[in-house]
Amino acid sequence: MKLVHDTEAGAGGLLRFTTAGSVDDGKSTLIGRILHDAKAVPQDQIEALERAARRSGDGAIDLSLLTDGLTAEREQGITIDVAYRYFATRRRKFIIADTPGHEQYTRNMVTGASTADLAIVLVDVRKGLTDQTRRHLYLSNLLGIRHLLIAVNKMDLVGYQESAYSAIAKAASDVCTKLSAPLPHLIPISAKLGDNVVHPSDNMPWYRGPALLTLLETVPIPGSEMARSAFRFPVQIVSRPRGGGSDPLRLYMGRIESGEIRVGDRVVILPAGTQTKIASIKTLDGDLDHAAAPQSVAVTVADDIDIARGDMLVHPDQTPRVDRRIDATLCWFGDDPFDNRRKYLLKQGTRTVGAKVAKLIDRVDVKNLQISEAPETLMRNDIGRAQLVLPAKIAFDSYRRNRATGAFILIDEQSNATVAAGMID
Amino acid sequence: MNFETSVDPNRPAATVDRTADRSWSHLDTLESEAIHVLRETAAEFRNPVLMFSAGKDSTVLLRLAERAFRPGRFPFPLLHVDTGHNFPEVIDFRDRTMARLGERLIVRTVQESIDKGRVTLKKESQSRNALQTVTLLDAITEFGFDACIGGARRDEEKARAKERIFSFRDEFGQWDPRRQRPELWHLYNGRVDPGQHMRVFPLSNWTELDIWQYIARESLEIPTIYFAHHRQVVRRANHLVPVWEFLELQPGDVIESRLVRFRTVGDISCTLPVESPAATVAEIIAETVEARVSERGATRMDDRTSEASMELRKIAGYF
Repeated sequence: MKLVHDTEAGAGGLLRFTTAGSVDDGKSTLIGRILHDAKAVPQDQIEALERAARRSGDGAIDLSLLTDGLTAEREQGITIDVAYRYFATRRRKFIIADTPGHEQYTRNMVTGASTADLAIVLVDVRKGLTDQTRRHLYLSNLLGIRHLLIAVNKMDLVGYQESAYSAIAKAASDVCTKLSAPLPHLIPISAKLGDNVVHPSDNMPWYRGPALLTLLETVPIPGSEMARSAFRFPVQIVSRPRGGGSDPLRLYMGRIESGEIRVGDRVVILPAGTQTKIASIKTLDGDLDHAAAPQSVAVTVADDIDIARGDMLVHPDQTPRVDRRIDATLCWFGDDPFDNRRKYLLKQGTRTVGAKVAKLIDRVDVKNLQISEAPETLMRNDIGRAQLVLPAKIAFDSYRRNRATGAFILIDEQSNATVAAGMID
Repeated sequence: MNFETSVDPNRPAATVDRTADRSWSHLDTLESEAIHVLRETAAEFRNPVLMFSAGKDSTVLLRLAERAFRPGRFPFPLLHVDTGHNFPEVIDFRDRTMARLGERLIVRTVQESIDKGRVTLKKESQSRNALQTVTLLDAITEFGFDACIGGARRDEEKARAKERIFSFRDEFGQWDPRRQRPELWHLYNGRVDPGQHMRVFPLSNWTELDIWQYIARESLEIPTIYFAHHRQVVRRANHLVPVWEFLELQPGDVIESRLVRFRTVGDISCTLPVESPAATVAEIIAETVEARVSERGATRMDDRTSEASMELRKIAGYF
């Protein structure tokens, strides 16, 4: 296979996926195997691996070294942060968010999952589903990842037996059903030896599905669905370029997060509720009569009304919720536990406002997914539902309906740290 | 599986057709994401700056800034950190680009840092690449910049692969890879206290190939040294070293003229050309598709000092 440039205008598009697994499940080896077999690893990096292999003694290339970036990680043999990798095949361009599997870094997994279209969850066939597997499936589903792919790894170590795989496949499907998650794709692989990773394996004739890369190249990308859903345009910047004469141009710049817009369309400015019409859609190449998600554009409107950063333009017949009370699931990342005496800022879309937590509704123990009611606080890596109160109304959607307008982060006003990710009910 | 390429290098990389009916390509996704990042930076910071090296990546950044802010002016000046060891073609290109854009360019030189005693040179031929960090951090302090937009990409290097799009720098301009802010969805936390700043990388998700495809699609002018030209070089190990004023010849060095091009443009003392007949963007794209050596691996002496040299420079405040 060759890396191919995209003269066909990205026929297969861009797929973002995340990988999760326990430290020893072979996650880095799998990514290394994909990159290696897809010939996405430059020769100088392969040579660096060979040098490392000679130093380490046993002489075998360690594919996991392709993804472990920082000195501290190489010394400790762990992954301490989200790393992004890029490769392309003839069919598609890929962005991998490689996230560590151990518990104290759940925030990294949530981070990687927040932009992913697909999650690969690795399971060691000898160990079966672990608490961590359930946690990864839970988080992937919580973050609204469309496709779950469970790769049952190390099949070479059980003699490529179908029965070992089937038991795990059944258990994994049961977990997904229980979580109300989409049914997972299941593939038996050996990341170390390459079975069913890029090339179909001769060792498992009983498996009739596609190799892992083939699946990555062909799953539908949710992006195109966003263009068909309700129009949402959070205003990033209001620009008044000079030279407009007596009637200065006022441009509302932003990215269409979902849906589409035409010149002449009536729009509502939220949260104010005022109405106007789209007068023009401007780009550097000239005016458009139509634009759709995820295009970045600038629009002008027909009336002289107040529109500022943080406002959202929507269609009058497809309005989101507008409220100052929000129920949401929080993933707590802060070093310090949640503390209602501190001041938190909520950033959603292009709007940043103060936020108070009126009450904590429940807390999920991510170890065993047990729910406890009315917890005292949320600690780092805890997940729980909360009722938030804002000083004024904002426009938002349920995260299930719209990832862009249903998501927010909480920022500690004093330390400026990002302390939580939020998903609106 | 058969993954043979169907690429015809003589075909243009993509046609410029931005009607809404056209299929949406991965370049459109990357472009829109970068415009969004630039606009968030302009909206959330008091005093941002765009670091312009006149290389291909920062030239792409300028086009994206035009897409983000025209017909208005850029809401930030441009900053060039000049090592003094430049390719003349690059400085010529820089000045023409600035004349075309009509934006404000600030130039701060490593020579000034040397003259002020902020850095000391061991010898004249020494690479000034790492010294730029001092000049850059001094410029950030001088102007009080709170956000520095750069053209770095995550595919360039292992330490870069771990960096955020909004990457926090402390009072010393330093990057702490273990204490990065989680970056979720497209919600960037741009809050910094006085003295701290943010590095912002709108091209984080672009690869070298994406950059070239975008240059082709936008018909961007780039410095001529990116295209095949004859140049005096000496061959050392697997590398070609350009001959210039302060090159110290070593025993066994033979000066020869070779048909070469540069894949990156940096300080002349540490930027290496590759042999190539590629004279057009389309030919460079065809070569990049086939490239089996990473961009920095092929061309940068500064990364080869140790496997962690980029990580160490970044921690200290490098671009």
